[in-house]
Amino acid sequence: MISYNTAIVLIGTSILGAVSGVLGCYMVLRRRALLGDALAHAALPGLCIAFMIVGARNFVALLGGALVTALAGSWMVTVIPRRTRIKEDAAIGIVLSVLFGLGIVLSRMIQNRTTEGSKAGLDSFIFGKTAGMIAQDIYVISAVGLGVLALIVLFYKEFKILAFDQDFASVQGWPVLWLDGLMMGLVGVTTVIGLPAVGLALMAAMLIIPAAAARFWTDRLLVMIILAGIFGLLTGLLGTAASARWANVPAGPVIILVGTGIFGVSMLISPRRGVVARGVRHLRLRRRIARQNLLRTLYELSEAQWPEATRLTPLDLMKERAWDPAGTARLVKAGLREGLIEGDADRFSLTDTGWRDAAQVVKVHRLWEIFLIEEAQVAPGYVDRDAEQIEHVLPPDLVDRLQARLVELDLLPKPLREVPERHAALAPIERVAGS
Amino acid sequence: MIQWWNSLPIHVTDAIWTISVGATCAIACALLGCYLVLRRISLIGDAISHAVLPGLVLAFILTGTRNPVPMMLGAMALGVLTAVLTEALHRVGRVPTDASMGVVFTSLFALGVILITVYASQIDLDPGCVLYGLIEFTVFDTIGFGELEVPRAFLATGATLGLVLAFITIFWKELKICSFDPMLASSMGISAALVHYMLMAMVAMTTVSSFEAVGSILVVAMLIAPGATAHLLTDRLGRMMRIAAGAALSSAILGYLGGVWLNTSVAGMIAVVSGIQFALAAMFSPRYGVIGKAVHNLRMGLQIVREDALGILWRLREREGRASISRPELERLLGAGWMTRLAMRGLQSSRLITASAAGDLALSGAGREEARRLVRAHRLWETFLSSELERSPQNVDESAHRIEHVLDSDLADRLDHRLSHPATDPHGSPIPRDDADDSLAKETPAR
Repeated sequence: MISYNTAIVLIGTSILGAVSGVLGCYMVLRRRALLGDALAHAALPGLCIAFMIVGARNFVALLGGALVTALAGSWMVTVIPRRTRIKEDAAIGIVLSVLFGLGIVLSRMIQNRTTEGSKAGLDSFIFGKTAGMIAQDIYVISAVGLGVLALIVLFYKEFKILAFDQDFASVQGWPVLWLDGLMMGLVGVTTVIGLPAVGLALMAAMLIIPAAAARFWTDRLLVMIILAGIFGLLTGLLGTAASARWANVPAGPVIILVGTGIFGVSMLISPRRGVVARGVRHLRLRRRIARQNLLRTLYELSEAQWPEATRLTPLDLMKERAWDPAGTARLVKAGLREGLIEGDADRFSLTDTGWRDAAQVVKVHRLWEIFLIEEAQVAPGYVDRDAEQIEHVLPPDLVDRLQARLVELDLLPKPLREVPERHAALAPIERVAGS
Repeated sequence: MIQWWNSLPIHVTDAIWTISVGATCAIACALLGCYLVLRRISLIGDAISHAVLPGLVLAFILTGTRNPVPMMLGAMALGVLTAVLTEALHRVGRVPTDASMGVVFTSLFALGVILITVYASQIDLDPGCVLYGLIEFTVFDTIGFGELEVPRAFLATGATLGLVLAFITIFWKELKICSFDPMLASSMGISAALVHYMLMAMVAMTTVSSFEAVGSILVVAMLIAPGATAHLLTDRLGRMMRIAAGAALSSAILGYLGGVWLNTSVAGMIAVVSGIQFALAAMFSPRYGVIGKAVHNLRMGLQIVREDALGILWRLREREGRASISRPELERLLGAGWMTRLAMRGLQSSRLITASAAGDLALSGAGREEARRLVRAHRLWETFLSSELERSPQNVDESAHRIEHVLDSDLADRLDHRLSHPATDPHGSPIPRDDADDSLAKETPAR
């Protein structure tokens, strides 16, 4: 059974995680991932100034002050690259560190003036005092979180345009500057309420990691937002739960590492953009190309004797294609397994299936060659040498013409000439449609 | 020498040592920062300064001492690892660079904080100190060299500055080429990747040696701000580095003085001073500053109004035979406004126009020369456009009006020669020659 305190912290971090995951999507898509970090640091001087003015720990005033300098920081990050030759990365770095420095200066001055230990307050601001969350924090976080989510739903279309094509948005007459300001305001508010709870480093991470993880799974904004929200929520939940087990480990870093874990898993196993999936696709492609290369080589070495099958050795293949022995042996083994060749690994010849497949591969290859040689002026838009089936890439009448040229030049693979009807895929589509 | 030094009051030597610590790490950071700013990878400085934390802790755990050498090596390894991981996530995972950097450094930083708390009993690394540094306390931790007490931190930052200087001197050409044109570097057989990772290792080392003094966030200000300030002031790499180093040195001195004066964090103050330096450069840099650019535009604008005024006076005399014009009328023709008034004042003070007792304005001798040059450029260009480029005479005035301000007399002479010395422009107005007397102007009919 979890204690009341743990429950409070669980709820707080997961709501915060969900909201910043959602907002982070826009930051990641707009290549502004590190702006959240800058905002978080820029909040410090505002917090100190508000503390100096209001004096006591007036929660709302402190957050208001923090928000003001955070937004001023984000404004500077946009203005500096526009008005000077300094690029955005340097602008972010300068704003982040200089405003943080100002915050340190101010906070030390506060510490000197007041006798009460406000250094603890500052430390919790930087590292977060996750375990010290109270019910009031939850109310603030939930209220702000709901408000932010509501605004995101309300301005969904506008933010979407902003995220993907800002120029288009301004051409269409959207008030880009205001929308941008609103978006930064939302990020600022979320950052500022999150800071005392989870600290600087965690806030930056929460804005980046769930969104970057969600990006692996989808190309659609809505799905990405929902996923990032869920990832953020999970990060908060699991991280808090994990840190509750070890008493003296601060929750913030554990939460970050849980997020990193989710990110890592997403990067590995997501079906389309994941590393494993892309590796498998890459491997398949390589295998397909290797098979095609084997068939073509076998065909070219056997063509003269057709229809008699030529007995070949690995050495023949290696001489023809400059392959290495190990790779050749692997290819031959694969060919035997697939029934393309018969015999053993040292002496083999094409089977009937082998002849047919090889002839097909060679024909497509020669069609491509003819295409590149004779129709080269249209080639650049169409060149996709890997296409197994040329008719998917080129218009049917062109394939027909190329095939006619192949016959004319006596390059059509012999096994195909003897086949009474032409390969269905190569029959002109009009004729198929007309019959 | 040492005796004289030791005879100084303790607060003076402390101040000098503190400033020296600040200045050495600020200069080392600023020199490396120039490359980061130029290559637009400033934020890798931020990332590395956070990510070296686990390297420090691991080195400490493995060796069990606070010996700076293994700690530096651990930090350098982590610095390079940050760069490698960022690149790997970007390349293998197709994550945008900024996001991959964010993921990598926050994760490594989190790992470092956890390691610190787990091994807290053995390490006196205060995470707070790592973040914002306590340069004021560096003078309390000294090593004696005979009579001389040298702060330990100064040894670290001084050695780092020496290494950075050596690194930059040895790899000056490679670093320069890789910063401006990595493609060219590769084609010349310089491994841009190797240079990049060496730079990252140096950044990590510098960051770590600055930790004690200024902490991991303020070191970012030291890395980026002086380089960016210098980038606003010059286009040459060598000068950029000298300016950046100068800015770093002055930020350390002023930061210390400011910090002591306000009784606050010296490290924070150094960052604030570098921020102010950057803001000043962004405003007032003659070529790239906001105000510098505005001044430049204003001067261009004034020059154009002045030249327009001269042109009006010339044409007035040519067409109506009037040598002078009342001030309000000329201002009306130019479009009244403060620019016009300012331009008139400029013309009078440079004696290009003279005012009669009644307040009427006329061209002076020098003004007439200047006006002739302008009108000549204007009309030659019109002739060129209509005869050589076959534009209709109605469409040439606008272009000529713009180009007369930039067409110098040499180019005008060439145009004149090319067009075989035409007497009139497409509108029939005479093209003034250098040797023409003023009588020419009187006999021309209005167009």
